[in-house]
Formats: sequence, structure tokens, C-alpha cells
Amino acid sequence: MLSSTEDDYLTRQLGRTPNPLELDMTSTEWSEHCSYKSSKMLLKLLPTKGTNVIIGPGYDAGVLDVGNGDVITVHIESHNHPSAVDPYGGAATGVGGVIRDIISMGTRPIGLLNALRFAPIENNNASSSKWLFKNVVKGIADYGNCIGIPNIGGEVEFDESFREYCLVDVAAIGLGRKDEIIPNEAVCNDLIILAGNPTGRDGLRGASFASKLLVEDRSAVQIPDPFLEKLLIEATREGVRTGCIKAIKDLGGGGLACCLSELSDSLGMGFEIELSSVHKKIPFLSPNEIMISESQERMIYIVSRKKQHKFTQILDRFGITHSHIGTVKDNADLVILLNGRSIARMKSSVLANAPLVNRRSIKPSYLRKIKKYFVEPAEVEDYVDVILKMLSIPNISSKKWVYQQYDHEVGTRSVIKPGEGDASVLKIDNDRFISLKLDGNSKHCYLDPYEGTMGCLSEACRNIRCTGAQPIGIIDHLQFGNPERPGIYWTFRKSIEAIADFCKFMSIPVVGGKVSFYNETKKGAIKPTPVIGAIGLIEGRSNIVRSKLESGDSLFLIGSTCEEMGGTEYFENYHRSVGGRVATLNLNIDLLHGSSILQLIHEKITNCVHDCSKGGLAISLIEMALQGNIGISVDLKRIPNSCKRLDYLLFSETNSRYLFATKKTSEAEILLDKLGCSYSEIGHAGDHDGNIELRQSKKRTISIPLEKARSSYENLDTIMKGYYQG
Amino acid sequence: MVKIGLVVFPGSNCDRDVFSVLNNILKLKTEYLWHKTDSIHEFDAVILPGGFSYGDRLRAGIIAARSPIMRQVKKLAERGLPVLGICNGFQILVESGMLPGALLMNRGLNFVCKWTRMEVLNTSTPFTGMLNNNQLINIPVAHGEGRYMIDQDTYESLKKNKQIVFKYKDENPNGSIGSIAGICNDNGNVLGMMPHPERASDQILMPHGLTNNAILIFQSLMLFLSRKKTVNKRRR
Repeated sequence: MLSSTEDDYLTRQLGRTPNPLELDMTSTEWSEHCSYKSSKMLLKLLPTKGTNVIIGPGYDAGVLDVGNGDVITVHIESHNHPSAVDPYGGAATGVGGVIRDIISMGTRPIGLLNALRFAPIENNNASSSKWLFKNVVKGIADYGNCIGIPNIGGEVEFDESFREYCLVDVAAIGLGRKDEIIPNEAVCNDLIILAGNPTGRDGLRGASFASKLLVEDRSAVQIPDPFLEKLLIEATREGVRTGCIKAIKDLGGGGLACCLSELSDSLGMGFEIELSSVHKKIPFLSPNEIMISESQERMIYIVSRKKQHKFTQILDRFGITHSHIGTVKDNADLVILLNGRSIARMKSSVLANAPLVNRRSIKPSYLRKIKKYFVEPAEVEDYVDVILKMLSIPNISSKKWVYQQYDHEVGTRSVIKPGEGDASVLKIDNDRFISLKLDGNSKHCYLDPYEGTMGCLSEACRNIRCTGAQPIGIIDHLQFGNPERPGIYWTFRKSIEAIADFCKFMSIPVVGGKVSFYNETKKGAIKPTPVIGAIGLIEGRSNIVRSKLESGDSLFLIGSTCEEMGGTEYFENYHRSVGGRVATLNLNIDLLHGSSILQLIHEKITNCVHDCSKGGLAISLIEMALQGNIGISVDLKRIPNSCKRLDYLLFSETNSRYLFATKKTSEAEILLDKLGCSYSEIGHAGDHDGNIELRQSKKRTISIPLEKARSSYENLDTIMKGYYQG
Repeated sequence: MVKIGLVVFPGSNCDRDVFSVLNNILKLKTEYLWHKTDSIHEFDAVILPGGFSYGDRLRAGIIAARSPIMRQVKKLAERGLPVLGICNGFQILVESGMLPGALLMNRGLNFVCKWTRMEVLNTSTPFTGMLNNNQLINIPVAHGEGRYMIDQDTYESLKKNKQIVFKYKDENPNGSIGSIAGICNDNGNVLGMMPHPERASDQILMPHGLTNNAILIFQSLMLFLSRKKTVNKRRR
């Protein structure tokens, strides 16, 4: 539904009252989901240009030059509302949508990632969150596995603010040749071809459904068909290779109305569409239903008359149904015909560009309340018990249960696989590799949206550096509640400011993104949840870090640990305590530590690096030990810090810290001294199947057998397997 | 020069991975065979790659098993030429009756993707000539319907005839009878296996500390075909 201001604006632009079809098309296209009307102005703050950027955000996916004539494309999407109603179908169609964005650039999808958020699964009243979790993972698995694109990584977070809801973010990466990028151009009389799934009544008004608070509406959820999408990938690739395709756009939220108006507007050409030519699932669909249906696995292609035959032959060979639904015209209008009679006519630029809205932003009152009522939790006594409990928190424990359901090997590019390193690494041609990671932290962002977002950016970049990659691009997915509420809009504004500040300072461009508002149920809004994706490049296989700890390695820590306990897993999940100071980011130090770790890698001083983040130093050390299946011995007094309590030292989530292992201790020290890093040699790796030993003093040591740590660390697996057995 | 055919059904998705091993690593002449191809008699061996032919509709492999090219594949197998089915290719071979048994949904009811070790039990097939008996191969699985099942009598006869070519060594990832990972026909020239040798053929793709000995499966085929060619030439 349009607001009265929007209604007036539309009438003024048209010079007349819109008819019901025009009104339906406009209200779909001007929904928050399609138009970004609340966010567009702030998104302009983000730096989008850089040495590697060929196409920044705005098209279906960003395009990055990775040398040798190769390009990669990246995009991120969410499917939160649909997944909360139908977790299997909602998550699967989310994957389908983001893959089509990659196909639309003329590239082949080579990897998928996902970031998932649910309410806690470990307590007794967790059956709905477990049900959502299980079926979202299955939806993603079934779609990605069937279509043959590896699901190579991601993250999962559990938090009470996602009660009866979930966040399902999916990202995709594509690989192609620079000279094959779709030109996105058209001339008068070119043909408009709709291919794929017949249009039906599924997903009606999906975009509008996603642009308001969640109310169960099953008809707004779409139906997935990965097999058809696989055929669309192959046919599109062949169309690209044979030079048949002049422009492509996938049909996602807002269906034909959205796709045609945006494509016509971006090409600067008019479209004339004949609705009776659209191939349909059922014969009796009204023009309104045809225009706003969100039936999945559909693409619009623009081809010249000369190539029409060749292209339709390709579609026929793959058994893809298609229809020639219209023609490009020498004007600026989107004209809809039904059996030759005009039933809607609007300027595409009007339809595709909703009037922007100025939203009020005020610092929300909850921040003041938390500060006022926050009480620091008491220090714990039994550290062995605390550490084992921390390892078993589903946010921290191994995500094996998730990634073993995903085919993460298909495509034979997966060099560092899920569970093997801090980020995933994919092989591209000519001895070059891409590293990818998604990171979010709703707990930090809730307490401090600016510093929390900074932390996510830093963490994502740290993670890919730990595999040896230089960051070359950032994607962001900004998820918030209702933007009409000034407090929520303030958190959104802070998050954008953080991304702008970080990316400008680091000279890393934002190459793609998405905003998702109205993530609310009757129980209230979600915590502010920006999810950041970092994309990095590794040149030469010898620079890939495998991160396997070995006997005799010395352990080093770069960075000092501060008392930054706000939003930590320790406060939130061990003490159930919300509040305190969130980890802040010093950009200069973050950059120094990041470039130093890359230098250590490039000079072959280390081949085992791990980032310190969720759960703090104690958890990172144990993860390193578990990964190498080797005991460690650490002298806690050697850890540079400003903490007054041991639990703070162990579990603080201070940014910009890296753990690394080396046998070349003096070389490491010389280099780090030269670079001016704060660091310390804190311990060494022990024996296979040994103990994790954290020495407090000569007499006191926290000692945990590796196997005990492992069984706690596999708690998520245990919980979900138990759920299956009923 | 020998020529290997790689069958592509709608929904096959490991075709390019196998092609890359055969063509780029082993420099074997390999051609894609679209499922509508009606003549494949000039090929020396055929591989059915993994994937989700026809989206696994009805049941994995059942539609592809009835497509025109499978009649050609059967004829080629009857001539004694090597046929290898990997994952979905194995499912298709079973569904088409070229191999006995059935592949059911995994015992854990979930798709499972993980690295396994499999043990070699028969080294006299065209795909295992360069392997040793009881050799362990590092190789990943990725399937939802990979639980090999057969009646007890046939299982005993498979064992006796050395038709069980590979079995999982440590954990059985899908609940297959006798931990079976791959079987061959009576004659030994048709082999079906659930694990993916093409994903374990390039050292860079191996998890830390593992070697890419699965490439020996393709190298065995290469050796077998080159020997056969020499014999044929001598005969002429």
C-alpha cells in the first residue's frame, strides 16, 4: 500500500490517477524491500570504488577484477520473513535468488555462504528454534547440493531476540571472464524473453510481505526448484559464451513489475510487454497477479532479433520453457498490453525510483537503561568448568552438524574447507585463490551499533587474513527492525557510519549489499544485525595458510587484551548479563596487526594463524589445539593485557588480536619488532592427544584434556542429533 | 589415442570436475556426451559423473537410467569396455540394472559430505590395476542416498566373486551393508562407487596431511586403455 504522500507523488508524476494495475505495480516496487526508500540516502556514504572494482553495488552483483582477465562476482541476500513461516522453502528460495544474481552478471556461481540466526536451541523450550534451524539448514543444503554449487562457509548465532523468527542470509560468489560480462545494453526492437518457471500464484506480494512486520502469510512464500535453476545456469552460460545475451535480469522480489521497471530504467529504453504471451502455471491469472507473482527460477533476457533463434534453441535444448513477452522501444515507458490493448503505461524512471523517505533517528532509550542497571558479574572460581561450558555454547561450538549436510567439495575448488580454517579458500585459475568469510555479532551491535559493526568488519577481515588473503572487497547485509521507529533507525545509521569509516580507512570498497528492515514479530524487533562479508585474494599456493598446529611450535599472540566484556559470549551466555563496554576498534592498530600477520605469512615465518574473537583468547587457543589435535601449554602471565580479572583476560573479545604458531621464533620477533607490533611469545604446542594447560602461576594451572574439550566443543552436533532421535 | 566419454544429463554437476581431472591433469582426450547422443561406439570408456540428474525426482538416478544414452552405455559395457559411475552415476547404474542392489537414503537421514578412507578389495578391474589390495584411499563422500543395500545371498556372492571393490575403512558414513563404498559387475568392467575420486585427485584440494592417491583410479583406467590399444594394434 502506498502512503498518502506517495499516492500524491505518483498522481503528480503521471498527471492523472493511476489505475488499479498501475497502483499494484507501484506499491510493489515502492515497497521497502525493492525501493530502499529508507536507506538509499545513507548508503551513499559507503565507499564503492577501488582498484579491483569493475561494477560496484547497484546491479545484481558487484564485480571484482582478480587479474588475468578473470572477474569474480559477489552478492548477499536474506530471506528472513519467508524462512520464519516456511523455513525449508524460504531458505531454499533465498539460495536460488542469490544464485540468479550471480548468473545475471554472466558469471558461473562457484560458492555459497550463509549466516544464520535463531533463538537459543539448548534449553527446554527450544523446539521451535530447533525446528527452524533444522529446516533452514535442510532447505539450503537441498538447494545448493542439487544445483552443484558448494556451500563453503558461514556462521550461526543464537540469541533470544530471534525468538519465533530467524535470519537467513545467503551469499554467492561467481567466476567469469572480464570480456564476458553482460554489456547490459539494448536498442529499439530488441526482444524481451522470459524464461524458466511458468508464472503462477506463488509468492504473491512477497516483497510487500517482507516490508512489514511478520504476520504469517503462506501464499507470500515461494516454491523452490533447484533443478530448473541448474538448467538456467547452463543455458545462460551458453548464451553468454555465444554472445546471444545483451542484458539479463533475474526475477526476485516484486516479480515482473520490479524486474521490468528496473531493467527498462537502467537501460534507458522503453519496454512494451504483452501479458497474454507470458507462459503461466494456470490459465486464469489476472494482469495484476502476473505482474507481481514471485514464482521462482525465472529470468528476463534481452536479445537481438538476429540472435533470437540461436538463443531460443539453447533454451529448448535444456528443456526450459520461455516466451517472447515484449519488445524494447525508443521511449522511456513501461507499457503493459493485454491482447494488444494497453492496460498500464508509466515512465520506468518513476516506477523504479520511489520517493525517498527521511526517517528520524534518536538514540534508543534501552541503551541508557542497560547502562543504568548493569551490574558486573562476579568472578568465577572453577575455570575448567567455565571453559568447558563456554566451549559447549552453540555460538562457539563446532558447526559440523551444519556443514556436513552441505556439499562443500563439488566444483573441485575448495582448498580450505568448512571447519578447517578461519575462512574458506576457493581455487580460481592461474595459481590464485579467493578467501571468503561472513561475520556478524548481534550482541555487540545491540550494545553499541557503531563499535559492534566495526568489530564485525575487523573480524571478517582478520579471518580472511588468517588464510593468507589480502582483503579486496566487503559486502554487507544490514538487518534491523522497523525503520519508522527513530531508535531503530539510529542503530541503522550508526552501523552505516561504521562501515563507511572502516572501509574508507582501510581502502576496501563495498562491492555489494542489501538492507532488510521490519525484522520484527509481536515479541519485538531483532537486535541490530549487520552481517559483513570479506573477500580476499591469495596469490600463489605457497601463501595459503593451512593452520595446523604442530609439535614444537611456539605460540605467539599479537595485540593486547583489554577489559571489553560487553556483549561477550562470557557475559551473555555464561552469566546471562547484558551490558558493559563493547570492544572498540583502533583502526591504526587493526591495520598494523593485519598487515603484520600477512607479512609473517608471506615471509614463511608462520603457517598457522588463528583469529581471537567470539569467546575470547581461551576459546581461540583451544580451537587451535583441537584443530591440530595437539596439546598446548600457555603462560597466562605473558599475555599483554590491561585486565584486572583473570576471567576478563580469558574471555574478553578485544579486536585486532591474532594467534600464530612458528618454529622460527627469532625471525618472528625481529620482524614484529621492526613493524612495531605489540606481541608476546605466550607458550608452545605440546604432544598429540595431550592437555590444554593454561598456567596462572608456578603452582596453579588450568588443565583440560583435549578429548574433554572436544566433546564439549561438539555440543551443537549432540543437541541436533538428539533432536532427530526425538 | 584413446577417447573417454563423459555422460551429461540435465542436472549432472560433477561432469566438469571429472573432465578437469581427465583432460587437464591426466591429458586424456575426453568428450562430453549429452544424454540425447545416439551413438557412442567410438569411445573406449564411459564415465557417468555425479550430480542430481533430473533433480533426483522420483528417486535418485531412476529417470536418467531410462534415457536413450543408457541403451548405448549398456551396449558398450556388453562389449567389455570400462564404465565407471560415480555417486549419482552409481545410482544410475543400479537403477538401470547394470549393477545389482539398491542405494537407499543414508541411515542418518541427512545428506552427508565428509572425507573418508576406503579400502581396496579388488585390484583386477580396469579402475584398480594400479592399486594394491587393502590399500587405503583418502576420498570424500557427498550424498543423501548412498546406503548400498542387497539381500544376504547376493551379498555373499558379491563377496565371493570379488565384486566388492571398495569399502569404507573407519566410520561407515551412510549405513551401507558391509560398509560397501563401490561394487563392480560380474565381468569387472562396470564399476559404481559413492565416493568422489575426482575431488581427491589434485593435491591442492586435499585436507592437511592427506595425499591424493585417489587419482590412481583414473590412472589405472588410463593404463588399462593404453595396454588394450597396444594389444589391439599388435593383433592387427
